[in-house]
Amino acid sequence: MLAPLFETPKRRLVGDTGVIVEFGDEIAPEINRKVRTMTFALDREHPTGVREVIPTYRSLMIVYDPLEVDLDRLMGLLTDLEQRLDETKMPPPRLVEIPVCYGGEFGPDIEFIANTHGLTVDDVIRIHSGTEYQIYMMGFSPGFAYLGGLPKALHTPRLETPRAMVPAGSVGIANEQTGMYPLESPAGWRIIGRTPLKLFDPARSNPFLYDAGDMIRFVTISAEEFRRMAEEERR
Amino acid sequence: MDMFRVLRPGSLTTVQDLGRYGFQRYGIPVSGALDRFAFSVANLLVGNPENAAALEVTFTGPKLEVLSEGLVAVTGADVPVAVNGEPQRLWESFPVKKGDMISVRTARAGVRAYIAVGGGIDVPEVMGSRSTCLRGGFGGTLGRALVRGDLVKRCPQIKPGVVRSLPSSFKPSFHKDTILRAVPGPQDDWFDKGIDLFYSAAFTVTPEADRTGYRLNGPTVPFAKGVPTSIISEPSLAGSVQVPPDGKPIILLVELTVGGYAKIATVITPDLDLVAQARPGDTIRFSRISMDEAFLAHLEYRDTLQTMRLMLT
Repeated sequence: MLAPLFETPKRRLVGDTGVIVEFGDEIAPEINRKVRTMTFALDREHPTGVREVIPTYRSLMIVYDPLEVDLDRLMGLLTDLEQRLDETKMPPPRLVEIPVCYGGEFGPDIEFIANTHGLTVDDVIRIHSGTEYQIYMMGFSPGFAYLGGLPKALHTPRLETPRAMVPAGSVGIANEQTGMYPLESPAGWRIIGRTPLKLFDPARSNPFLYDAGDMIRFVTISAEEFRRMAEEERR
Repeated sequence: MDMFRVLRPGSLTTVQDLGRYGFQRYGIPVSGALDRFAFSVANLLVGNPENAAALEVTFTGPKLEVLSEGLVAVTGADVPVAVNGEPQRLWESFPVKKGDMISVRTARAGVRAYIAVGGGIDVPEVMGSRSTCLRGGFGGTLGRALVRGDLVKRCPQIKPGVVRSLPSSFKPSFHKDTILRAVPGPQDDWFDKGIDLFYSAAFTVTPEADRTGYRLNGPTVPFAKGVPTSIISEPSLAGSVQVPPDGKPIILLVELTVGGYAKIATVITPDLDLVAQARPGDTIRFSRISMDEAFLAHLEYRDTLQTMRLMLT
């Protein structure tokens, strides 16, 4: 089934410095692809006066300086890009592998998830690591990726009482979402494992390991491998 | 070079510049000074470029021991400032020497004051900015607010600054009743009668008011019939006024990147400086303006900054 794409992208003005372009009204791969293609086109074009382009699920925001580009001109430029969108060639998405040690001290909620769905812990690991997830967008906190594609068999409600703190690298499930916590933070997600990688490191030349549009695959590692890799990351 | 030793940090004193741009798509908020006019003027008064790093004081300021001579200016909220107990004027630079004690007390009006030092605060640039990102734990001094015992460094000053002051006609005044100019949208279509109510009501700033956003109290803003009370998460811009399902508006500020609630209106750039200085208990009203008026106001604001630049350099 094809998600309804708007016939013409919808524009929304955000004060005196922002324009939002919406491509549809739901979370769907085809709509998100338009968002990313438009972002790619804007990045490449680098129009005068555009300070920042922020892609999300089904829309993007263009942040501009009204002294450098007037709104009419910017709108005209957006129309041009929208019309050429189908011809815009995007580089193929990257597949980023994230090593995860599932269960045990790293994933205290994995048994709950297994029990909820009448699965074994190994089933949960096999299903979760056997899927490729698309990054729809990033946001909420530095390096946090919103992933699509969690198999229905693992959809599980959030914790009734969120934990005050989960360690950086925690991998969790909340309803139809799965994701990783780049920073230590309070969390209502059910935690099934942890990656030893620093998902966000402001001191690195590239602070992020992935970008919207990339595919994520979780790769199972042992507790021993986790410790070794975590040690390497600290260096 | 070492400039200050922090003897008392104040309630929330952070290093800021004019913000970190280009990384919101990775979940990195803009951060930066909330009152950009006061921040820019503080820098100009000590001979710095406007974007040099300076300290943002929240409500109660720090006590700083001066470790090397330099030029200092304090702007923004109406805070008592003294050097060795001797009161100093705001919006005016003053020289300090090794051993001096600078004390910034609790604001009498407004919330945020800026302490600029000639040369600018020296902290590493992270992703193109020296601003503190509290949520991400990076930028500024180790990604956190100043604490007692911190050493604050400054960059060398290329040419020595001279004592300057801002003409009083340019100094902002603070009121308990603030009118913010705001254009409807991005989700004005989520509200019908709610729009009229929003632009006519008086709201009160609640104690939940920080660099992420200001929660307001007042009449409940109703949604139009049949619209969902949340939206698919989209980027958020400082100034947008989000209405959660409880109908109590929140003015979003600079420490977040995306959100999932409808935004009824957006406060224009020049008036964000007023938000920065509004206190819990103050009254806020929104005045509806057109896009043309918004651009004109933006232009005037930038013209004023340009005038400051010419006048103070």
